[in-house]
Amino acid sequence: MLLNSLILKRHGLALVAIKRAMPRMLAPLLMFALMAFNINASALTNEEKVGLATGENESRMAVLDQVVAKGDVDALPFLKLIIDDAIKIQGKDVVIVGDDATTDALTGKEVTLSDDAEDIVNNNRMGSELDASVAALNLLSKDAKVRLESAKALQGTEANASRLSLIQKVEETETDDKVKDMLALVRASIQLTSEDKAMRLAAAETLAASANSGIKQMLSTRLAEGGETDPEVKTAIQDALKNIDRNLAMYERIGQMFTGISLGSILLLAALGLAVTYGLMGVINMAHGEMMMIGAYVTFLVQNFFLHYMPSYFQWYLLAAVPAAFVITGLVGIVLEKTVLRFLYGRPLETLLATWGVSLILMQAVRTIFGAQNVSVENPAWMSGGIEVAANLVLPYNRIFIIAFAVMVLVMIWLMLTKTRLGLFIRAVTQNRGMASCTGVNTSKVDALAFGLGSGIAGLAGVALSQIGNVGPALGQSYIVDSFMVVVVGGVGQLAGAVYAAMGVGILSKFLEGMAGAVLAKIFILVIVIIFIQKRPQGLFAFKGRSID
Amino acid sequence: MDSRRNFIKSMTVIAASIAMMGTMQLANAADTIKVGILHSLSGTMAISETSLKDVALMTIAEINKNGGVMGKQLEAVVVDPASDWPLFATKARQLLSQDKVAVTFGCWTSVSRKSVLPVYKELNGLLFYPVQYEGEELEKNVFYTGAAPNQQAIPAVEYLLSKEGGGAKRFVLLGTDYVYPRTTNKILRAFLHSKGITDDNIIEEYTPFGHSDYQTIVANIKKFSTGGKTAVVSTINGDSNVPFYKELGNAGLKAKDVPVVAFSVGEEELRGVDTKPLVGHLAAWNYFMSIKNPTNTEFKKKWAAYAKSAKLPTADKPLTNDPMEATYIGINMWKQAVEKAKSTDTDKVIAAMGGQTFPAPGGFVSTMDPKNHHLHKPVFIGEIKSDGQFKVVWKTPGPVKAQPWSPYIVGNDKKPDEPEVK
Repeated sequence: MLLNSLILKRHGLALVAIKRAMPRMLAPLLMFALMAFNINASALTNEEKVGLATGENESRMAVLDQVVAKGDVDALPFLKLIIDDAIKIQGKDVVIVGDDATTDALTGKEVTLSDDAEDIVNNNRMGSELDASVAALNLLSKDAKVRLESAKALQGTEANASRLSLIQKVEETETDDKVKDMLALVRASIQLTSEDKAMRLAAAETLAASANSGIKQMLSTRLAEGGETDPEVKTAIQDALKNIDRNLAMYERIGQMFTGISLGSILLLAALGLAVTYGLMGVINMAHGEMMMIGAYVTFLVQNFFLHYMPSYFQWYLLAAVPAAFVITGLVGIVLEKTVLRFLYGRPLETLLATWGVSLILMQAVRTIFGAQNVSVENPAWMSGGIEVAANLVLPYNRIFIIAFAVMVLVMIWLMLTKTRLGLFIRAVTQNRGMASCTGVNTSKVDALAFGLGSGIAGLAGVALSQIGNVGPALGQSYIVDSFMVVVVGGVGQLAGAVYAAMGVGILSKFLEGMAGAVLAKIFILVIVIIFIQKRPQGLFAFKGRSID
Repeated sequence: MDSRRNFIKSMTVIAASIAMMGTMQLANAADTIKVGILHSLSGTMAISETSLKDVALMTIAEINKNGGVMGKQLEAVVVDPASDWPLFATKARQLLSQDKVAVTFGCWTSVSRKSVLPVYKELNGLLFYPVQYEGEELEKNVFYTGAAPNQQAIPAVEYLLSKEGGGAKRFVLLGTDYVYPRTTNKILRAFLHSKGITDDNIIEEYTPFGHSDYQTIVANIKKFSTGGKTAVVSTINGDSNVPFYKELGNAGLKAKDVPVVAFSVGEEELRGVDTKPLVGHLAAWNYFMSIKNPTNTEFKKKWAAYAKSAKLPTADKPLTNDPMEATYIGINMWKQAVEKAKSTDTDKVIAAMGGQTFPAPGGFVSTMDPKNHHLHKPVFIGEIKSDGQFKVVWKTPGPVKAQPWSPYIVGNDKKPDEPEVK
């Protein structure tokens, strides 16, 4: 409700702004329109307003085309109201539902909004026509930025001959090269269906230069039966398609690589903690997945805390969730080590069973506290959406964030293990416990801290996972197999091995998924890993030096 | 001595009172009718099924408040099969033979329904199944209050093929890997063939339950769509829908370019998903929360009040959806049938169910077909709005009779439109 009224308020302001700016901004435009089209570009007539708002979509689109063909920029505010569902039909009247008052769209008089006022239904077809019409009209704007946006929005939209004259006019007077090129593409895609063969040929040639999947779709459709009949134009379209394919292919490959790296970074995050607890310490920790789950639930709690106590900083809750998750899961890890694991060192089978039991206890505990259903962890606004590299390649922000986060965590662990005193102790204890103890290292304390570190990293993985998947009590279960796989393939006792293995498994499984589908890809990966372990039991990177145990 | 006597005395009193409590419970049991609720409250399907359990409890409470069924109060027996298909059969057997429930309301996925079917047939139980499904089934012991393919899938694809729906020429059939999506897609493929769409313009993709990485699939859809106007038909079930829709939004696949029509995504599944990038994607159902009519207003009000009083975690944003409506209709129709049959006996209730009517929140009077155990339902197609609700962009003029045996599958024309009675 609040959001709604906010949006409406913004409209109100926009309308006021437009009204105020009218004389300054629109006067020259109006002049231009008058000269260019030699028609009276006054505001929408009442018939047009009613025609746009009521009746079948077919007739509404016809009115819309008329308005665009006239280049009637004054229609823009009304069109925007329609797009934003601010116009309703009340009996026979078309009314504008404003923030604090409802007015009749034709007379401008204030009316009372009744309960049975009906919304205008704009389905996707009508919606895209409205958007395209607004974009076309916005081409008449003085602001080069607006024109660029509009030209971009018109790429790959349905060819509509009624927009042709307007686009041609703008193209002729356009000064910005970028906008001009884009408009040429839009014009060509309209001319592709022209009666004139030469024009169609030229259009196909122009379109060959694009790298837009919408335009490719248009050309493919044209090529299908019932479309182009002339053999010469057909070959031109085929050539254009080949050209576009070439333009698109590179981005497709980049996209594939990116998804592989993104999956790899998730696997890496999941496996890094295990690389410490299992890789360095040799503890087969079946509760590793549950550490990630705890990390994700901590994120959920931090999110709720922000929601209740500091909603204005909600966007940044993740920054607080990262250290919180690390500390809390780290503490859980230390408690686990102190109460269970330290009695079981050197007895792998018992460790496996005990940690598995712990994992069940943790899952049930979470189920009891938070309920069995998934909890919803919202992405901060800056994590949704993505960078549009090309029309067919969007790199989502949340994936980029996770890749960066994985790199950050990796660097942190590496620094921790190689540059700090604790890291030195951990390496010393894992390499030769007796010797380290002789030199005065408190081995039991180091064990606890190392296990806490591994668990804390798993908690960090949980923060990342909460941003892409579901957070529920069974979250850890789906990652535990993958984590062990990565650590075993990478080679026990090596961080670098985990990195290579995670990236390898990630890219390979995305590659296989592209060929064989998600279900088979998962099976293939497991088969490949089993064969690999058969051939090379020590993993990618063997630990050189004395044996760990 | 004294203390020991006291001890014995007090023990006797306790024992006697326990015995009394026992008989009281027995007396109670005779006065109530037990109703089983068999929905996953944990695991991958909990996202969809939990609210069905709650709406069933709400309806039962409402019936009890109005005097119960034939003067007897209903007693709900809730079990959690935990999205584990064999566990569904175990829990169903427990409900029928241990708790002796008169009727069960439950299941969402077809695989869970298939796994409990033998139990209901063996013990002659009664199951009300509230979710749209693939058809190809007609059992005496089951009433299907959700949609058959001709009440959801076929009209939705027809809409996508139409000019208003975008005139799609290519289709991606995307689903979770189990019986419902596979069968529905088989029917849809045959239907698309009948509309002149060839196999090279159709791709089928399946993912495991609980799948969470949809990057490759979304990229594939994007690539496929460059070959012609494309639409996606999603039969993804359970919590995989959340990462799927998140990926769809983040990857910038807009409904205006490639519309996705979903058969198992309603208001509840979209809770917690940022729906702004998803505006315009579609769902086909027989009910939407946004439908305006007095019955629905009352239904929503009741649900909101119940969610508040039962302190449900979702009480601050109560949502209704199609399977919830179907559950509500099912329980009320069962009540009417029991009252007509004057008995909770399975066979008598089955005989009384045919022809039952109930004013559904969807705005039509729902009728149970006299023979085929399915409801006559209207079909709505809705587009997702930025607030997570749906706006209806297409609907049938009136209720549609269900065809459990799809005419698009070879050999189905010979199957009778009523369950076999042995």
